[in-house]
Amino acid sequence: MDFLRPTTWADALAAKAERPEATPIQGGTDVMVEINLDKGRPAALLDLNPVAELRDWSSEDGWLRIGAGVSYTRLIDELGDRLPGLAQASRTVGSPQIRNRGTVAGNLGAASPAGDSHPPLLASDALVEAESVRGSRLIPIGEFYLGVKRNALEPDELIRAVRVPYADGPQYFSKIGTRNAMVIAVCSFAVALHPSRRGVGTGIGSAAPTPRRAPEAEEFLAGELDWDGRTAVPDETARRFGELVARAASPIDDVRGTRDYRVHALAVMARRTLGWAWTEYRGI
Amino acid sequence: MRVNVIVNGEAMTADDVWEGESLLYALRERLGLPGAKNACEQGECGSCTVYLDGIPVCACLVAIGQAEGRSVVTVEGLADGESLDEVQRAFVECGAVQCGFCTPGLIVQAHSLIASTSGVPEDAEIREALAGNLCRCTGYEKILDAVRLAAARKAAL
Repeated sequence: MDFLRPTTWADALAAKAERPEATPIQGGTDVMVEINLDKGRPAALLDLNPVAELRDWSSEDGWLRIGAGVSYTRLIDELGDRLPGLAQASRTVGSPQIRNRGTVAGNLGAASPAGDSHPPLLASDALVEAESVRGSRLIPIGEFYLGVKRNALEPDELIRAVRVPYADGPQYFSKIGTRNAMVIAVCSFAVALHPSRRGVGTGIGSAAPTPRRAPEAEEFLAGELDWDGRTAVPDETARRFGELVARAASPIDDVRGTRDYRVHALAVMARRTLGWAWTEYRGI
Repeated sequence: MRVNVIVNGEAMTADDVWEGESLLYALRERLGLPGAKNACEQGECGSCTVYLDGIPVCACLVAIGQAEGRSVVTVEGLADGESLDEVQRAFVECGAVQCGFCTPGLIVQAHSLIASTSGVPEDAEIREALAGNLCRCTGYEKILDAVRLAAARKAAL
């Protein structure tokens, strides 16, 4: 196994171009588990820790550009006020030690359907900034996940940053697990209200081969909510929203839960997160 | 490959290191520091918690090459000679140790919590800080006692 240790972003891109089979490693919270448990042996590790550019975040025109090396801990502390949904999901990642090392970009690179950051990224229409020696491109989050642990990155591309718009309304995340820490989601759900365009964003985790949105549920709810009067959401509307979210999923039975349980839980989480979000929107 | 790491303030070098090796393995098997424990090897148990550049991490999830040139502090580095650190002393006094396997990780993680908090942390805060450290013996109550005691002593200084 080779260990590649570029110290600048340009060198990292050059290294990935020369060795497309190299596995990028940042926090190591996925990659090292694979190696330690002998589930896979990368031909080479491409260590991105020394690349200082990746540790920065910046803000422009209402968007945050979060470098691929920003840990969950820093995201929660430094950006939690502007990205409440992503911060809530980040707080549920592993343990303090894991959050000190793990990154949203790492979650995207691994593209596990159970990754905690995916649902809020979907709900807020994030963009993945991918780069190679050939150039840079922005991949809409909805087009990023291709299959179980497969994403839209080309072999020579690395994730430079993830771009997320400032929250323009309430955002909530919910996750099912057997305890509060160190939980891989049985299933998870994120909702984001976008009052300025009277839109609703959703994200479903761990209940399909990829994280995905629930477009029908979004459209239905956006049309039903009383955006101006801010009156309470009728029970029937909340129930229907939950039903449409659950219908958008295609879960399987596995060690963490059954298909039926996931379908049921998604409907409950959708109703609950909507309740929290609408209560916040009404200011009560 | 050769790796240079500053461990507990001392520059250390290891040769013929396998590139896929973890910082934990290198500490225990090459650098003579068995304090951090090897249990789950997947970040679940916290027994291998060490400071990396001042931040507590699971040493099993750091590729050894990622520690090149960086500063690592293990549980062995907390005491000042024969004089135990406040957190270690509190663990002894409160009986927060049974088999002792989780203890080094818990002590480093608790040390970090106390260093970054003024006064005595709330119970919820302690529980959250230690959520990634598993103990299968004590039931955690005496560990919580020890953390409160160490924090109170530090706050009284």
